[in-house]
Amino acid sequence: MSAVPMTSGLIVASVLFSLGLLGVLVRRNLIFLLVSIEVMLNAAGLAFVVAGARWGALDGQIMFLFILVMAAAEVAVGLTLVIQLYHRMGTVDADAASMLRG
Amino acid sequence: MVTTFYAAAVVAVAATVLAIVQKNVVHGLLYLIVSLLAAALMFLALGAPFVAALEVIVYAGAIMVLFVFVMMLLNLGPQAVDQERRWLPRRTWIGPLVLTLVLLVELIVVLASPGPMIAQSIGDPRHVGIALFGPYVLGVELASMLLLSGLIGAYHLGQWESERS
Repeated sequence: MSAVPMTSGLIVASVLFSLGLLGVLVRRNLIFLLVSIEVMLNAAGLAFVVAGARWGALDGQIMFLFILVMAAAEVAVGLTLVIQLYHRMGTVDADAASMLRG
Repeated sequence: MVTTFYAAAVVAVAATVLAIVQKNVVHGLLYLIVSLLAAALMFLALGAPFVAALEVIVYAGAIMVLFVFVMMLLNLGPQAVDQERRWLPRRTWIGPLVLTLVLLVELIVVLASPGPMIAQSIGDPRHVGIALFGPYVLGVELASMLLLSGLIGAYHLGQWESERS
């Protein structure tokens, strides 16, 4: 069992998650949207690792590995979509893609 | 260990705040790298060294390289050098310098302390690997399928534009 209390670890994870959510809601640059999503996924993984450390179990770390894989796949597809949008619209503004009819 | 965790947490929160308020994408990405390194130190303080190493290698390494690579693709053109000069005034260095210095001092303290700072490790790579290929083998298979579909999707979406133009 770790010496770090679980409450403070979860508070840190919540703060990081809220910052990521704030970034998703506020920013309009698509790259920053993806960055904020990365922050949120990282915060979720931190919560898993904190919980795993609290009970001395490995499962939290394994869940973090799966979150890592998911984040990698999501970023690959998301960044490709950003490149596509930039080539077609000439901008990385999220509002430019409000009409998805090609 | 607790002090390490809290200092890294402060650095992570500060770097994340700075990352999402930047006007420049590259500055935001660099702050995000600092935030991810601080998260790796938090994992180390929580007794998960394997996950900490993966955080540095995969998140701060591979995924951030992907972001920077896309930024380079989007910023083609002769004005890139002027843009870079405009992007990097002196005061740009202050924020990242302070945050990374805190991380460096913390790392040195962890490494130099005689006591077992990262003791009670509950997940060395051997046990994580055994668990991954024991009860979680279906999850590993699904993760590999997800990575494959991500690869095919990114390849398809990237290929399409170059064929049209």
